[in-house]
Amino acid sequence: MSGENPASTTEYIQHHLQNLVYGKLPGGFERQTENGTEVLAADTWTMAHGATEAAAMGFWAIHVDSMAWSIGLGLIFCWMFRRAAVRATTGVPSGFLNFVELVIEFIDSTVKDSFHGKNKMVAPLALTIFVWIFLMNLMDLLPVDLIPKVLMLAGVEYQKIVPSTDPNITMGMALGVFVLMLYYNIKIKGVGFIKELTMHPFNHWAFIPINLFMELVGLLAKPFSLGLRLFGNMYAGEMIFILIAMMFAAGAGTGLVTGGLNAQLFGEGTNAIFWLVIFVLVCGVCWMNLRGKISTGRTVLLTLGLLTIGGGVFALGGGLMQWGWAIFHILVITLQAFIFMVLTIVYLSMAHEEDH
Amino acid sequence: MNINLTLFGQMVTFAIFVWFCMKFVWPVIITAMEERQQKIADGLDAADRAMRDLEAAQDKATDQMKEAKQEAAGIVDQANKRANQIVEEAKQQAITEGDRLKVAAEAEIEQEINRAKEELRASVAGLALAGAEKVLEASIDDKANRALVDNLASQL
Repeated sequence: MSGENPASTTEYIQHHLQNLVYGKLPGGFERQTENGTEVLAADTWTMAHGATEAAAMGFWAIHVDSMAWSIGLGLIFCWMFRRAAVRATTGVPSGFLNFVELVIEFIDSTVKDSFHGKNKMVAPLALTIFVWIFLMNLMDLLPVDLIPKVLMLAGVEYQKIVPSTDPNITMGMALGVFVLMLYYNIKIKGVGFIKELTMHPFNHWAFIPINLFMELVGLLAKPFSLGLRLFGNMYAGEMIFILIAMMFAAGAGTGLVTGGLNAQLFGEGTNAIFWLVIFVLVCGVCWMNLRGKISTGRTVLLTLGLLTIGGGVFALGGGLMQWGWAIFHILVITLQAFIFMVLTIVYLSMAHEEDH
Repeated sequence: MNINLTLFGQMVTFAIFVWFCMKFVWPVIITAMEERQQKIADGLDAADRAMRDLEAAQDKATDQMKEAKQEAAGIVDQANKRANQIVEEAKQQAITEGDRLKVAAEAEIEQEINRAKEELRASVAGLALAGAEKVLEASIDDKANRALVDNLASQL
């Protein structure tokens, strides 16, 4: 078990929390390569090998994995909803369109409930936020080791597949919302916004510094709480997945591949291909059951058999824990996406209201 | 967990996706949905209206039926009355005609009787004369006289 080895455990966690970074290494940085230490003559844009180099890059770096997954998921969102928009008719809607309309109806009613100004942008903004964040959070439900391990076999060293566990991503969105808040505050209230910052809560000129301080803190707290709430929740969820995966070096179900690759990672001598084959077989059995080819009882038996071959009863425990946490996490994922959306709407609504 | 360029990358991406959604997704779907809502509302309205129309038509039809029935009953009544009247009139006429005929017949009979009487009177005088002649001729044969008178009387 990997848990018996503290060094590899720490390594495993750290590896999981390291983004794939592309950035600028400053001149004079001592780079550890296979051929020993190499001192960089000038600033170099390169992929970071390890946390030290990533840290040395400082601000001038970009998390390639976070950006790629975030943009990819955003494109999936756009493609899905655009397809629905193209197909949208006034006639009887089909299944997929029904689903999209369900989401849109839900967002529309939420916006109508909490946003009282007139702005054509708020509803689409809320839709984008909700679906996009939901999709980003959903990546959390993929087995923690699956994609990183596959990509590692393909030669990519680090991979964090849940963009919302990256504070850059969540704060980026929160700052976007903050910019909109400031814009509409100034646009709608004009001088009233300055008055709001200086004359509340104590309406007297002598209190202006205190008012300004309090209001500014309140204003700045909004984007920070917005971004960090999402980040914190997703980060903690991801950590628990990692910890469960680590506790059970082998797994079943969701944890099957997780645990299998885990075992591979820490040299338990299990072949990753073997685990993948078992995973595919289990998926096949489940699929056959869904298609009605084999009975549920037989499916359970076959799955259990495959899992027993695959990871043993202990592994099954790990898989069950992953399953349990994943099911609970579905709630967290949806809730966090929803909270981010609702708070955005509320903040923008406050920016539109003349009277405090 | 360091903040870096990704922050701004995400901000730009965010802006682009929101813009896309605002331009090409939201208005299209929401318009279609609202139009469909309107269509459904119109359809339901039309159905309601049709129901009301149907009810009104049914009411009207029932009224008309009732009216027609009443009218028909009136006509039948009138016809019956008229028929009775005609029968009554005919009866009356028949009776009058009968009476008239009877009176005429009686008058005729009276006339006939009178004429017969006249004739009889005329013949009686002759017969009496003839009888007297006979009596005088046969003298007095009581038996023969009686027989003659009887004969005479039977000729009356």
